[in-house]
This record gives sequence, C-alpha cells and structure tokens, in this order.
Amino acid sequence: MELTFWTYEGPPHVGAIRIANAMRGVHLLLHSPQGDTYADLLFTMIERDRKRPPVTYTTFQARDLGSDTAELVTDTLKSTVERFRPSVLLVGDSCTAELIQDQPGTLATGAGLDVPIIPLEMLAYSRKENWGASETFYSLVRGLLNRRAPEPGWTRPPRPEGQRPKVNLLGASSLGFRCRDDVIEVRKLLESIGVEVGVVAPLGASPQDLLRLPEADANVCLYPEVAETTCAWLQRTFKQPTISTVPIGVGATGDFLQEVTETLGLTGCELTADAVCRLPWYSRSVDSTYLTGKRVFIFADATHALAAARMAREEMGFEVVGLGTYSREQARAVRKAAKDYGLEALITDNYLEVEKAVADLQPELVLGTQMERHIAKKLGIGCAVISTPAHVQDYPARYSPQMGFEGANVIFDTWVHPLVMGLEEHLLTMFREDFEFNDDKVPSHLAAVGGSSHRPAEAPAADGDAAIRWEADAEKELKKIPFFVRGKARRNTEKYATERGVAAINVETLYEAKAHFSR
Amino acid sequence: MSNAVLASDRPGSAPIIQERGQRAVFCGLTSIIWLHRKIQDAFFLVVGSRTCAHLIQSAAGVMIFAEPRFATAVLQDRDLAGLADANEELDRVAAQVIARRPEIKTIFLVSSCPSEVIKLDLANAAQRLGQKYDGRIRFVDYSGSGIETTFTQGEDSCLESLAAQLPTDDSGKPALMVAGSLPDIVEDQFARLFEQLGIGPVHFFPARSSNEMPPIGPQTRLLLAQPFLGNTTRALGKRGATLLPAPYPYGAEGTTAWLRAAADAFGVAPEHFDQVTAAPKARAMRALEAPRERLAGKRITFLPDSQMELPLARFLHRECGMALGEVGTPFFDQQTMAAELPLLPEGVRITEGQDLDPQLDRVRAARPDLTVCGMGIANPLESEGLRTKWSIELVFTPVHGYDQAGDLAGLFTRPLLRQDMLEV
Repeated sequence: MELTFWTYEGPPHVGAIRIANAMRGVHLLLHSPQGDTYADLLFTMIERDRKRPPVTYTTFQARDLGSDTAELVTDTLKSTVERFRPSVLLVGDSCTAELIQDQPGTLATGAGLDVPIIPLEMLAYSRKENWGASETFYSLVRGLLNRRAPEPGWTRPPRPEGQRPKVNLLGASSLGFRCRDDVIEVRKLLESIGVEVGVVAPLGASPQDLLRLPEADANVCLYPEVAETTCAWLQRTFKQPTISTVPIGVGATGDFLQEVTETLGLTGCELTADAVCRLPWYSRSVDSTYLTGKRVFIFADATHALAAARMAREEMGFEVVGLGTYSREQARAVRKAAKDYGLEALITDNYLEVEKAVADLQPELVLGTQMERHIAKKLGIGCAVISTPAHVQDYPARYSPQMGFEGANVIFDTWVHPLVMGLEEHLLTMFREDFEFNDDKVPSHLAAVGGSSHRPAEAPAADGDAAIRWEADAEKELKKIPFFVRGKARRNTEKYATERGVAAINVETLYEAKAHFSR
Repeated sequence: MSNAVLASDRPGSAPIIQERGQRAVFCGLTSIIWLHRKIQDAFFLVVGSRTCAHLIQSAAGVMIFAEPRFATAVLQDRDLAGLADANEELDRVAAQVIARRPEIKTIFLVSSCPSEVIKLDLANAAQRLGQKYDGRIRFVDYSGSGIETTFTQGEDSCLESLAAQLPTDDSGKPALMVAGSLPDIVEDQFARLFEQLGIGPVHFFPARSSNEMPPIGPQTRLLLAQPFLGNTTRALGKRGATLLPAPYPYGAEGTTAWLRAAADAFGVAPEHFDQVTAAPKARAMRALEAPRERLAGKRITFLPDSQMELPLARFLHRECGMALGEVGTPFFDQQTMAAELPLLPEGVRITEGQDLDPQLDRVRAARPDLTVCGMGIANPLESEGLRTKWSIELVFTPVHGYDQAGDLAGLFTRPLLRQDMLEV
C-alpha cells in the first residue's frame, strides 16, 4: 500500500478514455463498477466538452458479483454496438474488473460483433494514466495497420520529385496540456516551411485517418508520454523516421525546425518566425534584468519539465535549483538533463516528497502542476502551471499554446506574472515597514487574490538544526531580507553555522554566510 | 436492462419502475468530501486503488487547496499477490497518517470496490488498530465502494458504523436526535427553533467532533434531516431509537411538517408551535414568491443521484408550482420515503435505478425545461439546448429549513434566469 494524498496521474483506463474521447468513431467499453463514471466529468467539466465521452461502462454492483458478470459484459457489448455503431470498439477493464478477471476483451472478440475489436490490457495496479493512453494509442494503431505492414527488409521509396513533404503529428489527446492550441501552432510552423501536415492523431482523428498514417514521410512525436511507443512501431514497421524534438521554447523550436529540415531533406528553408516571437526581446529588455538568477523549481511530466528547464536557464536567465518528474517512463532523460544543471533529478509520484523538496530548496518560483500550486500556496511561493495534472483554468478559452513561437510568448507572460514586479521588489527591500506594501501582502499587481495577509509563516528550520540558536538581533536582521530569498538565507546561514560549529547565530554570522555563499 | 414493477402502496398512482443498466452516479467515497469537513477531528483513509484516489481528487476539484483530511492507501501489485501482509501494510500507513496529523481523533477506514472484491477485512483491522492505539485514536470501518453504495449512501454507511459505537443514553428521559450531516448554519437554526419549542435535549448526528457524538437509548426520538439514511435508521433502531416519520425539511411546508413531527412527539401545544414557527414560515413563503413566479408551470426531470430527488420534486411541485416529469432515484427506501410519497402528485413516474441511454432518450423526447443531473451529463445536455441543474450542488449548499427555502428555489431558477439573460 502506498499512502496517497494527491495523485499525479489517474489509473490507466483514464488514459484509454483520453484516446477514445480525442478521436471520432471510436467507442470504449469499460468493464467497471458503479461510480467509475466519475471520469466523464474530467471531459465534460474540466475540458468542457459538449458531448459525453464515447464510453459505455458496465457499472456492475455487488449483487451482480453473485451472478454472471461476464454475461453483463456480453449484453452491454451488444447494446453498445447497436446504439453507437462505432468504426472501432476498444474493450478494457478498470482496476476492480481486473480483479474479477472476466476478460472482456476476449469475450468481445468471440461475441461475433460486426465491428473491429481492440482489446486493452490496462495493468491498473502497476501502471498509470499516461501509460494507459500510450498503450491504447499503440494498440489501436497497431491493430489497424498490422495487416498492412510491408515485408521485413522493405525500404521506403524516396519522396517523388515535386511532391510536398508530409508529416503526421502524433500524441495530442483529450485532457493533454494545451494540446488544442499546440497542434494549431505546430501546423502553422510546419506550413511556413512548406511541410504539409498529414494525420493529426489521436486528437480529431478517425480510425480511417489512422489507416493513412504510413503515407507521411515522417512522424512528429509531439507528446512522447502518449506517442513514443507508436512512433517507434511506425518507424520499425513503415520505416518512417521520428522527429523527436519537442518544440517548446525558442531554442527548442529552432532545433525542431532544424530536425524537420534534416529529416525531410529540405533545402533552402528560411527558418524565419523570429519576427513573431517576442520572448527573445522581452527577455533581453532591461525590465527583465531582475529575473537573472531567480531560483526556480520545476516538477512536471517529463516533456514539459525538460522544456521548462531549458527555457528557464537559456531563455529567461533563471537558476534551476530543482528538476523532477512523475513520468517514470521518461526518467532517464530527466536524470541526464538534471545532471547537466548540476542537480539530482527528483523522480517520484509521491506528492509529499515533492513538497519536502520545495520546502528544503526555498525557490523563488515553482513551475509545476496543479499539485505544486497547492505546495506553493502553502509555502507562499509564486507558481505557474506548466503541465498536467491541471484544472479547469488551464483549459482556457483564449489561444494559449505552449509550443512554437507563440507558445514562447505565452510562457514568458505566464512565468513572469506570479513574481513581484521589479520596482515593487526594490521598494520592498528598501522600506520594510510600509503599512500597505509589505512582506505579509501579496504582490500588489495580484491584488485580486485578496490583498490581505496571505503569506504563511516562514518554513521551519531544517531537521536537526534544533541546536542552533538565533540571537534576537540576527533574527531581526534576517527579517530585513526580502521574503522570497529569506528562506534561502536562513538555511544558508544555519548550514554555515553548523559546518563551523557555531552555536548561536548573530548578525556577523549572517553576513559571513552571505559572503561565503554569494553568487 | 429489465424493467420490473414494484408493488406500490400508492393506490391510484403510477407504480415505481425499477431499471437496470448503465448507471452514471458517484460511488459512496464521494461523501468523504463533505464528511471530512463536518467531523473536524476525523481522517478518512480509503483503502483502494489509484482510481479511488483520482475520483476523490477529481470530485473535490478546486475546493480543496488546504491539506485534506483524507487520503488513499493505494493497493499495489504486491498487495494483491498475497494478503498475508495486508495488516502490516495498513498498520504502516495508519502510522504515517498519525505522524502527519497527530491531532486526529478518529480514523475511518473506508473500503472500496477493490478492497471488497479481494475481501480485505477492514472491520478486523479497525478493531486491531483501535487496541493498538488504545483509545487515543478510534478506528471505524465502513464501505464507500461503488458496488455497495451510491453517492450519499456513503454517509449512510459511515453513520451506520458510527451508530454501533455511540454511547448508551440510560437517563430514561426523552431526547431528540437529528440524523444527517447539515451545514453548521442550518444546524444552529434548527437548534434555536427546537429550543424555542421547548424540545430538548437535541443531539445532532454526526456531531462536529468525535468526542461529542450523541448518546442513544430507548427514549431517543429520531428525526431524519437527510433522506438517504435507511441503514443508519435501522442501526439506530436497533439501539432503541424510534423514528418520527416526517417529510424532509425542504421549503416552508416541508420544514413545518418536519418540526411538527418532533413537536408532536414531545407534546408541544399546537398554539405554541404555531407561535414559534409563524414568523420564520412567513419569511420562507415570502422568499419563495419571486422564484415561484419563474418556476411555476415549468417542467422538471430528475436523473438519479442522491435520493434527495423525491423530496425536492415534492417541494418544487407543491411550493414552486413546477410540473414533474420523471423523478429518478438511485434507491427507493419505503421506510424513509413513507411521508414523502403521499405528497407527490398522482401519475408521476418514479424510476428506481437507471439505464442511462434509454433514460436520456426519454429526456430528449420530453424536452423538460430543466433537468437535474450529474456533471458528466449536464454540459452535453446543455449543448443539445436543454437547461440543466447539476445535482451535486444540492448536497453542498445549505438548502434545509425555513431560511434556506428561497436559496433552494434559487438553485433551480438560476439556469432559467441565465438562459433569459444571455444574448450570445
């Protein structure tokens, strides 16, 4: 058993629903107990879909367990196919159904239904939502295209002269982070360099569209969490190269265009679009100088965490003090990136561990998920959401991609917003006793948040430091340090004192430590 | 998917139709969302799967930013492989909870579909843990699983378990117990009214903290504030309590009849009763005037959700003049609905259980002015041009009693008002 206050991912069958709901003509039959239909509201409320997700649940109850739950599956299969007439029927178990082992996939295959059946293995007790989405997408693509696979040893003929290069965009799904607008932005980007977009899947695709996947010259793996397995299979089977740079950030978008150009053998492509991206100039303008070295903690799915770390360091001038992910499947890439930043990656799906890391590091900004918003609020640190799990406010009405050049514009605004603005930061440091603008108040440009005392008590001293005593004047001096770096100053001073065996910290120790750790 | 007809004790009115098929309802775990706020020193530990954790988190939504007093012990592959160490695992997790929240006095071990299917014995675990923490922390087990419970039945199941542990009232004097968790403000309003009526002592169950849970005995008179407490009623009955049959306190009429049931049982003089209730009753009727104007003649359909459907339909029909379409309820309990059923108009279709798709077909065919339904269905119906009232809000909003009558009607006028306002 694992004690879980908040979970970063749902169970794998929620991933399966994300694929079915993203597509057209696909229906999912889920063998599950009464109550599991809660998942519908993720789509109808958080994503604000106009239609019910294409899912039929068997919703068995205790009284059904006494009789034949397999018969319930068979009856539901028939009525579902009759009512919804899908092009493809996915059939899977939720966690409870996995325990009673009715094998609904096998039942469906043997039920003589005149619709293609794709059975799903969901492994609810060892895997999670993104894996479920990836596995469902892969099963669907493989199930539909397996029979069309060319002989081993087949090589893809070169693109005919004069034919425009074409790529598929894979990975965008329901409930993905800003998928709706990312697809628009990436399509725009590709078209600007003369590359056609073939199939976008799973978002908006039908099973018939999936049959056209092999026609493209390459696959763009936009969201590795969902599409990496599928891209690898298409590469092996249909010899379609995978374009794997995720275009989040100015640098990454440049690299992405470079990879597209090289993969497709394009020449003479103008990698323009600098004109539409304001991030580089905004970030260079003097108003952004105070952002230099802001200490930022990043925790998200692997794709967004990696992209954010690069942007934070190279495009915003922040210092990345913590980097982690809950995507174990992509842990290796995050570990490697963290090492490049001189950090140890935090690979966990335990909310309490993330909370502890943030409290220990005392960053000035947290870039994370909905869960890190809880942590940041508790610790009184500015926060921006960069990845799922996300709530309704992160499925906005306005155009808000993360990818491409407009995505970089959106990200600049989003990340800077929670920080205290430059002038206010200076004034807070110079005049500490203002009755309106002080540490206890939220930054005044966020006044709508309430404006009243909001910042909680400072994080307590680290474990084992109980022996260290702060003299009153040193404590008072510490209070003069602006709140967003105060936690760090306290920790550094205590560390300095511990290392030197100083039992009581005075004003001198505080400034000695400051000089020692000055960056 | 089979339609059976239940023998009805309503002569001359339509039978109660039972339906089976796909059900779009919450499981009982959802009730933790309000129970953990009601009982302030309790912690709810679900023993279940990632689905359970995800459900509570999704249903609780943005509401919970503070540290919640609930969590899930998520079963892993190795827990399923052999049940031998389940007890050790539970002990370890319980210790973790206690270390993090040392102020907790009661820990509810809540079973789920997975834990019930593998027959994890939480009753035994609760007893063992109770001994281990030797009275410092009380452990109570109950089921919130979807296979056993629907939405508000989670509270029923919780209170049923608590009922067995209530202290015995051997004072020999009559006392009133009001069962069903109510918003604090409503509880206080009722307490004041009972005091003015001269009824006492009055105990609310559940209480706001673990050590204030009410005593119970043969002199206890039981008044249900919530319509979904069938099992709790029977459990309290076993402890000697006598149920006072009454309609539920929605609207001026419902509240008056509910209070009168207590007043009669405690021998309150009718003149005194009228004197005490006259002013708040008049206030309630006044507050209902405006919403009644908007609601009268409008047709409403209820999809099954909370068991509050019958009493709410009664209130909207009798006090707001609405026309009733189908009234769906997840579960129909003869005993707890005894006083409500006669107040419903003849011929209204009452459906127990659900077969979702055919039921939605009926809604589309009837095109009611308002459909009360869950959040998975509301937006899809809205996009088909049907106005909806999402039902979960009825559980999370103060709606009982005289002074909430206007607010209760307001929950139903708002979607219609909005329809009239929007020009886009």
